[in-house]
Amino acid sequence: MTSVATGADLQALEGELLAGIAGAGDLAAIEQVRIAVLGKKGRISELMQTLGSLPAEERKSFGQSVNELKARVSEALEARKGALDGEALSLRLVNERADVTLPVRLGAIADGRIHPVSQVYDECVEIFADMGFAVAEGPDIETDDLNFTKLNIPPEHPARQEHDTFYFPVKEDGSRLLLRTHTSPVQIRTMLAQKPPIRIIAPGRVYRCDSDQTHTPMFHQIEGLVIDETTHMGHLKWVLEEFCKAFFEVDEVKMRFRASHFPFTEPSMEVDIGAEAIGKPGQWLEILGCGMVHPNVLRNCGLDPEKYQGFAFGMGLDRIAMLKYGLTDLRAFFSGDLRWLRHYGFSVLDVPTLSGGLSG
Amino acid sequence: MKFTLSWLKDHLKTKATVDEIATRLSAIGLEVESVDNPADKLGAFRIARIVEAGKHPNADKLQVIQVEVEKGAPLLEVVCGAPNARAGLVGVFAPLGTYIPGSKITLEKKPVRGVVSNGMMCSAAELELSAEAAGIIELPADMASHVGEAYVAVMGLADPVFEVKLTPNRPDCTGVRGIARDLAAAGLGTLKPEKAIAGVEGAEPCPVEIKLEFSKETKSACPVFAARCIKGVANGPSPAWLQTRLKAVGLRPINALVDVTNYISQDRGRPLHVYDADKLKGAVRARLGKAGEKFVGLDGKEHTVDDTMCVIADDNGPLGLGGVIGGEASGSTDATTNVLIESALFDPARIAQTGRKTGLVTDARYRFERGVDPASVLPGLDLATQMILKICGGKPSKATVAGAVPDGRHAITFDTGLVAKLAGLDLPAGEIRGILESLGCDILGKGDVITVTTPSWRPDLHGAADLVEEVVRIAGLDRVPATPLPRPAGVARAVLTERQKRARRARRTLAARGLVEAITWSFIPANEASAFGGSGLELANPISVDMSSMRPGLLPGLLTALKRNRNRGFADAALFELGQAYRGEKPDDQYTSAAGVRAGTAGLGGSGRHWDGAAQEVDLFEAKADVLAVLTSLGFDHSKAQITRDAPAWYHPGRSGTLRLGPKTILAHFGEMHPATLKALDVPGPVAAFEVFLDALPAQKAKSRAKPRLEAADLLPVRRDFAFVLDRGVAAGDVVRAAAGADKALIREVSVFDVFEGGALAEEGKKSLAIEVTLQPTAETLTDKDIEAVVQKVAAAVKSATGGEIRS
Repeated sequence: MTSVATGADLQALEGELLAGIAGAGDLAAIEQVRIAVLGKKGRISELMQTLGSLPAEERKSFGQSVNELKARVSEALEARKGALDGEALSLRLVNERADVTLPVRLGAIADGRIHPVSQVYDECVEIFADMGFAVAEGPDIETDDLNFTKLNIPPEHPARQEHDTFYFPVKEDGSRLLLRTHTSPVQIRTMLAQKPPIRIIAPGRVYRCDSDQTHTPMFHQIEGLVIDETTHMGHLKWVLEEFCKAFFEVDEVKMRFRASHFPFTEPSMEVDIGAEAIGKPGQWLEILGCGMVHPNVLRNCGLDPEKYQGFAFGMGLDRIAMLKYGLTDLRAFFSGDLRWLRHYGFSVLDVPTLSGGLSG
Repeated sequence: MKFTLSWLKDHLKTKATVDEIATRLSAIGLEVESVDNPADKLGAFRIARIVEAGKHPNADKLQVIQVEVEKGAPLLEVVCGAPNARAGLVGVFAPLGTYIPGSKITLEKKPVRGVVSNGMMCSAAELELSAEAAGIIELPADMASHVGEAYVAVMGLADPVFEVKLTPNRPDCTGVRGIARDLAAAGLGTLKPEKAIAGVEGAEPCPVEIKLEFSKETKSACPVFAARCIKGVANGPSPAWLQTRLKAVGLRPINALVDVTNYISQDRGRPLHVYDADKLKGAVRARLGKAGEKFVGLDGKEHTVDDTMCVIADDNGPLGLGGVIGGEASGSTDATTNVLIESALFDPARIAQTGRKTGLVTDARYRFERGVDPASVLPGLDLATQMILKICGGKPSKATVAGAVPDGRHAITFDTGLVAKLAGLDLPAGEIRGILESLGCDILGKGDVITVTTPSWRPDLHGAADLVEEVVRIAGLDRVPATPLPRPAGVARAVLTERQKRARRARRTLAARGLVEAITWSFIPANEASAFGGSGLELANPISVDMSSMRPGLLPGLLTALKRNRNRGFADAALFELGQAYRGEKPDDQYTSAAGVRAGTAGLGGSGRHWDGAAQEVDLFEAKADVLAVLTSLGFDHSKAQITRDAPAWYHPGRSGTLRLGPKTILAHFGEMHPATLKALDVPGPVAAFEVFLDALPAQKAKSRAKPRLEAADLLPVRRDFAFVLDRGVAAGDVVRAAAGADKALIREVSVFDVFEGGALAEEGKKSLAIEVTLQPTAETLTDKDIEAVVQKVAAAVKSATGGEIRS
């Protein structure tokens, strides 16, 4: 057994240990010091083992002194270790420096696009759904009856010539199918399938044998139909005004209603909007045709025109997309040109909502 | 339909300006397409007189003339090449700085062969008044008194021309008087009364017999045919005022007799025809054509008729097509002295049909197919007689009439309250009556319900709704107050159907995967349609051969778009389309597909080279991932579907798959495109493609909005790896399914983390497949023994299902 250390010995020991701690140059050295001091066979542990050999009256004060020494040395160890940790980290960080100007890939969501027609389709649905309109659909390949006759356009009606219809070959029974020239057959299908009250829009592809800068043989229309017992032209005007304000996202839209003629509505109107809405003051732009559903059309769908009435409208989805978003060439809509689609297409996250604004 | 302001004022007393008239016309349904004032472009041209004409010193064909362009002003020296330029000629002068519309130049002061010309004497062609370019305009000598005045003003050319786009329902507005009547009703003036016609009925009977030769079924083709003969007319050019009017609305003057008929057609919407009576043989009859009959029309072309067309014929055969076009042989010429005037009525539907069959677009057809006023048959004949007598002289016969004038009017019971009910416009009963009367309706009755007799010139007015339209358009649509459509109570409800929601979600899922949405044509070239299964739907009248067949699927259009983008320098393209395609002609044969193509390196992670690693060429797994992402996004658990190797022929047979629910329901195809298909379409490979058939997905079961309780065990999951040696043909999916089924209670997930098909294994026709199996204990921590038991079960299950052995 070693001799019992005195107070002076403790003081000397403390000085020695603290000097060792201060001299430890890296994390490995400080760990060696820790083991040499506080380890099982360390200097302080050895001191603690001598306690048992002391007389009871000394044991307490000596023990206290050793404990205090241990606390001070431990604290010094931790402080030195913390400082060395910091140095090591600083060194690592310096070595880990990257060129932050290198370009990154933004990921798929940034690359994908929604076609302007789909976007405007969703915008229209959002607006009309708020006014209680459901979305109805119908086939592209239609019968003469649904595309024309039931819409009060009998075979020899001059309006048929204005439609530039695509036909399929004549069948043995003399009938021939056609590509719908407007979305109006969906009105008929809806009225034949359900009883009023009816509030629908019917967006979709339509086809006409016509092609130039502003006409393509395929384009998109959106049809609207309201049938009940009281809806009149004043309601029609209101719906169209509300739609235009919401769609063009402006507080006021100047609108001009002109009398016109369509075989399937009576009275009929064409509607122009003041081009202020799209930032081109002083012009009128024709955007749609509409009117009260013709009594013959109601009758053709088994509805009594004495009881039921309502309105219908039809407008070009591509056209209102062009007006709102400044697109100029209709043909580009269907060209699949990546440059055009990336430029005029919409982000997948541009989901139109009434609360957030249709175009975000 | 064109007319001039002065022509309109023949019928309408008004002080309205051109703009006011145009605006009101458009508002009441007579859409003005253009208002063109010739004075705008010809205002600078003056009447001038050549005082002296002398030879040009340096050119044989030119003259140097001295022109009086303003009374009392010094003469101007002008160089002129016209052969008819001579002293004393009164013509039209263009001062320097004038734009000459016919030659599209602006006059500048510059020497012509050394002599400075201070303006130009003009030809009719230079003013775009006619094609006459051989010489300068020669005005009557007495026009010299107008020297210095504006040419257009003196000649009455300063007359704005309106062009109205008539809707097919308004035959009455094919005549200027009808337009005037509408404007008067709309408050823009008053309609002038008709002038009485007298002295046109002769004493002698008409020497030409008129017959209607129809069966009972076909007599509607021509219900009435009136005619009158005038003997001893002096035909020739019509008077200047008449020619000016016709030219102003784009009609070419022919001769006085023809010009009169054209004038009345334009003025009253009443087409007429004139025959040289001496060229007719026997009775003139209206009848249906006979197969093989032909005639040469006034257009100089031969027309073949058939038995659906109404012809006008004499003993020698057809003279022309009634209500469409007259014949050349029986037409009037300057030599005509005896004329037969025809004023008849033809069935609009038959005229339209004949017009379409023959392709003839004439002023007569334009009017008759809309429905000419039956009551105009005799007044039209009388008006023509009066004008011809005045211009050409002659002696009229009595009128002869075959058939009877139908009554074009009919009575409609009209509840005036319908205006408010249908149009939402509350008008006093008096205003409603006033509007209808101003349009020519007769009204009987006093209360709310009246009897309205429509005028004979408005065949479009059938019922009460038509009368509402008349009242509202004339009263003004701007007076209809916008009225809120009653809203469904409360917060707006969702309206989309499940199919619509699927389409919307699938579209945004694909765009979120970096694909760019395209919309391509519904019709494609026939060879492309057949290469993709064909739809059997060929258009009878395609707009081009490239758009002749309805598309059986969306891939041909997308692949063609890839090709075009490649040709523009964008080979790495990822496109999709969500739209309809066609398996047949029935509505149910139309289906909705979400299809996409990825070309080159356009994969999910981006395309092209990058410092952090270049994108790989796309392969079938890109397409498969797109398909599963769509299905998952639509709430469909794709582990319930089977993947089979029978994708259609346009896919690579070894690198494609079909996702199906049982033998019949195909949810999707995916894979790399067949190299032969790409070659046929000239699209560079590789291309990964997919088609998801949205309508084939089973309907979602109605489910609670609440999500099921989260089963999150507190115990740590345990993972074990297995490597199997398998025959090369064994599907990884079978291994995964077998492993997952080995202990359904414990095994939560099986993933494939390595596939190795090379080296020595390949020579034996084998491959190695490594899977990670995740065990999720729920009740208590698994002991080594528990785990070992599951490992044995997995190995046994895989071996039993696939023959695979644990790799040692």
